[in-house]
Amino acid sequence: MLQTSQTASRRHAVVSETRHLLFTVTPGAAWIILFLVLPSLYLMAVAFMTNGPYGLPQLPLSLSSFEQLAGVGFLGWSPGNLYTLLRSLWQTVVATGLVVLVAYPIAYYITTCRARWRPIMLLLVVVPSWTNQVIRTFGWMNLLAPGTPLSNLAEMMGLISPNMGLYPSNFAVTLGLVYNFLPFMVLPLYAAFEKLDTAQVEAAQDLYAKPVRAFWHAVFPQTLPGLLAGVVLVAIPAFGMYVIPELLGGGKAMMLGNLVATQFSGGSNWPLGAAGAILMLIATFIGLFAMRRIGKRLGGGEEVVI
Amino acid sequence: MTDLTNTVKTTDRADVTDTASRDKRGASSIRMQGLRKQFGRDSVALAGVDLDINAGEFFTLLGPSGCGKTTLLRILAGLEEADDGQLTIGGKDVIDMPPHRRSVNTVFQSYALFPHLSVRDNLAFGLRMRGEPAAERDRKVAEVAEFIKLGSLVERRVDQLSGGQKQRIALARALVCEPDVLLLDEPLSALDAGLRGQLQVELQRLQKRLGVTFVFVTHDQDEAMVMSDRIAVLDSGIIQQVGTPSEIYEHPANAFVARFMGHDNLFAITASESNWVDTGLGRLQLDPAEQRDTPDGWLLIRPETLELGGDVPADYNRLEGTVEERLYRGSRIEYRLTVNDHPLTAVAGNLGQRIHDVGDRVTIGICPEDLVRVAA
Repeated sequence: MLQTSQTASRRHAVVSETRHLLFTVTPGAAWIILFLVLPSLYLMAVAFMTNGPYGLPQLPLSLSSFEQLAGVGFLGWSPGNLYTLLRSLWQTVVATGLVVLVAYPIAYYITTCRARWRPIMLLLVVVPSWTNQVIRTFGWMNLLAPGTPLSNLAEMMGLISPNMGLYPSNFAVTLGLVYNFLPFMVLPLYAAFEKLDTAQVEAAQDLYAKPVRAFWHAVFPQTLPGLLAGVVLVAIPAFGMYVIPELLGGGKAMMLGNLVATQFSGGSNWPLGAAGAILMLIATFIGLFAMRRIGKRLGGGEEVVI
Repeated sequence: MTDLTNTVKTTDRADVTDTASRDKRGASSIRMQGLRKQFGRDSVALAGVDLDINAGEFFTLLGPSGCGKTTLLRILAGLEEADDGQLTIGGKDVIDMPPHRRSVNTVFQSYALFPHLSVRDNLAFGLRMRGEPAAERDRKVAEVAEFIKLGSLVERRVDQLSGGQKQRIALARALVCEPDVLLLDEPLSALDAGLRGQLQVELQRLQKRLGVTFVFVTHDQDEAMVMSDRIAVLDSGIIQQVGTPSEIYEHPANAFVARFMGHDNLFAITASESNWVDTGLGRLQLDPAEQRDTPDGWLLIRPETLELGGDVPADYNRLEGTVEERLYRGSRIEYRLTVNDHPLTAVAGNLGQRIHDVGDRVTIGICPEDLVRVAA
């Protein structure tokens, strides 16, 4: 009798735990399955299908999209898509690097401000991103177009050929990316700087470190987690960026995001677009993995959360 | 002092003494002349400091917060630039020398250990920056880690350590560089009372053993008296008095020093003649050595010199007072008395004598030689 009641209560506990799990996990799981897993599976399926009339996917399954992506077409091999991939990578690396160079001193400067000014300074960094990205990018078009003061200045200095303007160009795209992603680097870097005890810098100098070495050995390693977080926040969206290269590149500086978008609209080749999207996903994962490794090594074995 | 060193030597374990004799090295004297420092327009941190610290001395800068003691220490370290004045360490002019070139190391109040480095790398930091070869570095780090009895913790990260351990690491990180002068900025203030008392003794022994000049900053007068060979009391950026603990406690140079050293029994002098003074307590006989030309300043009565109850010898000052409060402190008993409506504190060692009750009238005997005149 006693035993039965015990098993019963245990069974009851198990049931209630299961029910509890069901209630808490189901909404999130459903969301992820519905809006991430299923579309991803569909995307993968599309990538392995054949391009049909009107660009819609159809059977049979084939690797033709990936061949096309690699540049194999009717006319033999062409490097166009490869260039786009390389340009995307290059733009991402250059833009992320520049963002780091600009954001690092800004983040440091904000930490040196008085405590009550700091939130205001951070706000100033963030506020522009509250405006629509497309509108801000149009703003840059107006600033960089041929005949504008900035373009004229660049012309006078011999940086660009006459009447070309700074826009559209690769330069304009890089500038747009740096401008757009700056806050995503400043914020994590600021958080890292704020945690730093200034006495540590003094301790380093007291322990025979010249100012430059004090920075590299005492300050920089401690900002590294923030820096890596910022790099991830900047590099991943930059790599897949669509609006900025579309508007500021003027079709001359296409990135992978544009290639994919074109296949789903104008170019009308869904399988090719899906293959491009999968390529981006793979590249992103490789990048993340590399960042983790770098973070682990530089962070002295500490897990850098990305 | 010689006695103390001997006691330390005999009580210490043999291995520690061995390390110590190897570590013994030349210490530096410090000379400060007219050091001035001002922050902003009207915040004077140091108003002209002249001070000589002897080589191998445990010297303490004592004062309330904002008195300039930390600023002075930072100028010694090179972390702060003096507006004016001269500074030599070991006879060398260092006033324009950046911190990384001074043979001076600091134990910071917050310890300022590097959280991204292991204990070992923290300890090795100074040697590494100074470019010492790796083998030498490893040997010294292992030795100092053993010395502070934290050899088993060298692989840990500093955030895994307790406050006391951090304190030791900070100390070892500075000492491993074998500086001529070690600066300590309130290094014990973050520790609880028990550990603090223990480390006071350890630090003092360590200094005697190494023979390095220690400049110690604190606001705690008991800590200063326990540890120091000499103390400089600072207030408002001015040195009020320099002397041994007993000189400063028993013969404070002025009322500020007296109060800061914990003296409550200060009475304004209203009139004086060759061997007496008038105060609120009445007329009191003094030792002729305490005679001054002018009837000003304060009379200091140390509470432990008062004799309560019983017979008062003929050559003693005799007062009558009422016990207002009695604080039983175990080893001693503190009485708050009133004499002629003036409060007077007396402390008696708890030797099993009669304990006076609140409200008791007691006779108070004061030996004239125990009375000290203090400048305003």
